[in-house]
Amino acid sequence: MTMLLDIIGGLLLVAGTAFLLFGGLGLVRMPDVFNRIQAGTKATTLGTLLTLAGATCLQPAWGVKLLLIGLFLLFTNPLSSQVLARAAHRSGAGKSEKTSIDRLEEDQRKKP
Amino acid sequence: MVDWLIHLAALFAGVAFLLALTRFIKGPSAADRVVAFDVLTIISITGIVLAALTEGRGIYLDVALVYALLSFLGVIVVARYLEGGF
Amino acid sequence: MTDLMTTMSLLLAATTIGAALMAIWGKRSLPIAILAAGLVSLLASVQFLLLAAPDVAMTEAAIGSGLTTFLFFFVLGRVRGGSND
Repeated sequence: MTMLLDIIGGLLLVAGTAFLLFGGLGLVRMPDVFNRIQAGTKATTLGTLLTLAGATCLQPAWGVKLLLIGLFLLFTNPLSSQVLARAAHRSGAGKSEKTSIDRLEEDQRKKP
Repeated sequence: MVDWLIHLAALFAGVAFLLALTRFIKGPSAADRVVAFDVLTIISITGIVLAALTEGRGIYLDVALVYALLSFLGVIVVARYLEGGF
Repeated sequence: MTDLMTTMSLLLAATTIGAALMAIWGKRSLPIAILAAGLVSLLASVQFLLLAAPDVAMTEAAIGSGLTTFLFFFVLGRVRGGSND
């Protein structure tokens, strides 16, 4: 039983860090700031949560602390990425030509 | 078996760390560097959890909690600076 | 200290030196230098943790990487527009 839990925890750890790896890859490959924010926060949030779940499976006694970290990341990470994307838009970050839809600029043009 | 999986996870996290560091060094604007800094903080949280698992000491997780607080506050402050606030 | 921890320590040490050089010589722009200095603090804090000093790591993370970086950005936002860079 505990052997099975260990293997599940190890696989969750590997899956979570694989998502971190994909997030880092997207951070390098994406063409402009907004796509990098997208890749760099969504993938890493999921990866960290999976890693914390794997650590909970490996050491069930640390569950409360790990749950607290996971809850905190789940609340604050989307918020900080949204604030950063708005700041990048207002400070006039360059968009690549593949970024064609910009709803925030349309809204601002509609009601000045 | 589990040790081997933890080593594989540490290898993945290390490669992700190097990729985010590449973006931090190369990034054309300040916003790129802030995103890379945020990702580096989150990867450090994962590294701290892996170190706590390897050493078997639960007290390391308190530092991870401080890091989670830190990444949020840092991004908010730098975003206010980029908007021209304060 | 196991093998994994030694490898992580070496990677962190090399990265810390690189970030410090970037804080000094990168692009001659103040926000980039402040971010790089924050990165030095962050990596040094993880290094302290790997050397089995969690309390020092917590203090370094909260003050070195947190408070100092925020204070620098706050002051930089206030003094922007001065004549000398």
